[in-house]
Amino acid sequence: MENLKALSFELRKNVIDMIVEGKGGHIGGDMSVMDALVTLYFSQMNIRPENQEDEDRDRFVMSKGHSVESLYAVLAKKGFFPMEEVIANFSKFGSKYIGHPNNKLPGIEMNSGSLGHGLPVCVGMALAGKMNHRNYRVYTIMGDGELAEGSVWEGAMAASHYKLDNLCAVVDRNRLQISGNTENVMSHDSQIERWSSFGWHVINVENGNDIDALNQAFEEAKKTKNQPSVIIANTIKGFGSSVMENKANWHHKVPTQEEYTQIMKDLEARREAYLHE
Amino acid sequence: MNKIPNRQVICEVLMEKAKEDKEIVVLCSDSRGSASLTPYADAFPEQFVEIGIAEQNLVSISAGLAKCGKKSYAASPACFLSTRSYEQCKVDVAYSNTNVKLIGISGGISYGALGMSHHSAQDIAALSAIPNMRVYIPSDRHQTRKLIEHLLLDEKPAYIRVGRNAVEDVYSEENCPFEMDKATIVNNPSDQADVAIIACGEMVKPAQDAAGILEKEGICAIVIDMYCVKPLDTKTIVDTANRVNAIVTIEEHAPFGGLGSMVSQVVASNCPKKVINLALPDEPVITGTSIEVFDYYGLNAEGIAKTVRELS
Repeated sequence: MENLKALSFELRKNVIDMIVEGKGGHIGGDMSVMDALVTLYFSQMNIRPENQEDEDRDRFVMSKGHSVESLYAVLAKKGFFPMEEVIANFSKFGSKYIGHPNNKLPGIEMNSGSLGHGLPVCVGMALAGKMNHRNYRVYTIMGDGELAEGSVWEGAMAASHYKLDNLCAVVDRNRLQISGNTENVMSHDSQIERWSSFGWHVINVENGNDIDALNQAFEEAKKTKNQPSVIIANTIKGFGSSVMENKANWHHKVPTQEEYTQIMKDLEARREAYLHE
Repeated sequence: MNKIPNRQVICEVLMEKAKEDKEIVVLCSDSRGSASLTPYADAFPEQFVEIGIAEQNLVSISAGLAKCGKKSYAASPACFLSTRSYEQCKVDVAYSNTNVKLIGISGGISYGALGMSHHSAQDIAALSAIPNMRVYIPSDRHQTRKLIEHLLLDEKPAYIRVGRNAVEDVYSEENCPFEMDKATIVNNPSDQADVAIIACGEMVKPAQDAAGILEKEGICAIVIDMYCVKPLDTKTIVDTANRVNAIVTIEEHAPFGGLGSMVSQVVASNCPKKVINLALPDEPVITGTSIEVFDYYGLNAEGIAKTVRELS
């Protein structure tokens, strides 16, 4: 199996190139969520270009649609479209690679961008799986700031009501949003209690940037019956370079030339380190 | 007088089809009674999903189901469906192009005295403005049946508004001409008509009756049932406008962005003629049953006839 930890840093470099080329992108959240995406697409889900029409494929909805650059990098690596094409065209005039997921592109199930939609949509997908006696699983990744949307909790309520154990949500708990620390904007601590009280099986992953830990969490979710699972992935926003890590102003920022050089150097160093692990 | 409301007809058609088509799923938001869906829910529990009072969830879940091959029929009061879940209609249904049919029940001012929170006088404007969303407002039970039968054959998003109360028939079981996305000409007196009345939904019957009143006075009126508000049948509008001196539109909707606005746009661009728009006022409507409210604002046969007389 490919060295996924090294891969996650290679893909982060692709994301940085995308954002620099497209002159914009949600860079901080891209970096925090990358490991969950890599784990899902390269370890967990049975989804690839060859089976994208298969009724038994696993389903994924990027609820935090603004981290589309990470999703593009992962989907390109999976072979859904060429990486060079995304990097060259991201966000440019007339491009099909727009700043939020669009299902006119292969590999993308649903359009998102407006927060609080992914989980309820996945409830529908999981419900269809139960109705049709299909074995596919349904995954979504939400941001932690997104949890202030009331529609998330409408979906959470329905998922446990219908005992959707084929549904697994991930919260990219990077603790930062546009206005600053999530706890100052709208507090989200007590995640475990909140989701538990809605009838969910909660899996807290201390290091949400650790692919091994994430894989274990997804395996635990698969074994959980009669209730949906949520993985609270405690991540670092901007993970991979000290230039960006834990800095709220890197929510949406284009690196300067100097910053770009440093970020790429940092990411490459980590990639190299994992390659020889 | 007909006793069967259009919502009940929708339930009947869905029950007939759900027997053969197991992909049909009906969802409601604690609205199975008000949508006349109780017989369906009892007969097809495996093809019915109760969402509770959560219209945003209703629409998103419908979209998720549709994305996995289901034919989703989401029934909820039009007032909530068209505004509370507007963004879900826009993103999860229209933009994501999912096979969801949004059934707005008790539309317009059906809920009468319950007040503005329960009125959907903005739904035509709101839903029509969304790319890839179709908007249908059938007039009577016969047309409603034909419309739903046709919608079951396609896989595209649509919003359908029906009223709460039974309305008088415009058509009959034997004589209900229907072509998808083409307006129905209800009254077509001669090549030399004086005026055209273009209506949708519950206003078609008063338009038909107004033509009868006017005929006795020697005024010839063409009556058009524009059940397909979007895609609007512009050809019928232009062809008709070319035959008359003026047009009156009438709808159970706010005065902006509805059928009247759309017809006026088409006429102004293609064949300028005078167009009078009859609609609800730009204010919370007076308290009363829908019939009392319609009468108060002149949204009835006599009101239409009076408007036409004043044209000449």
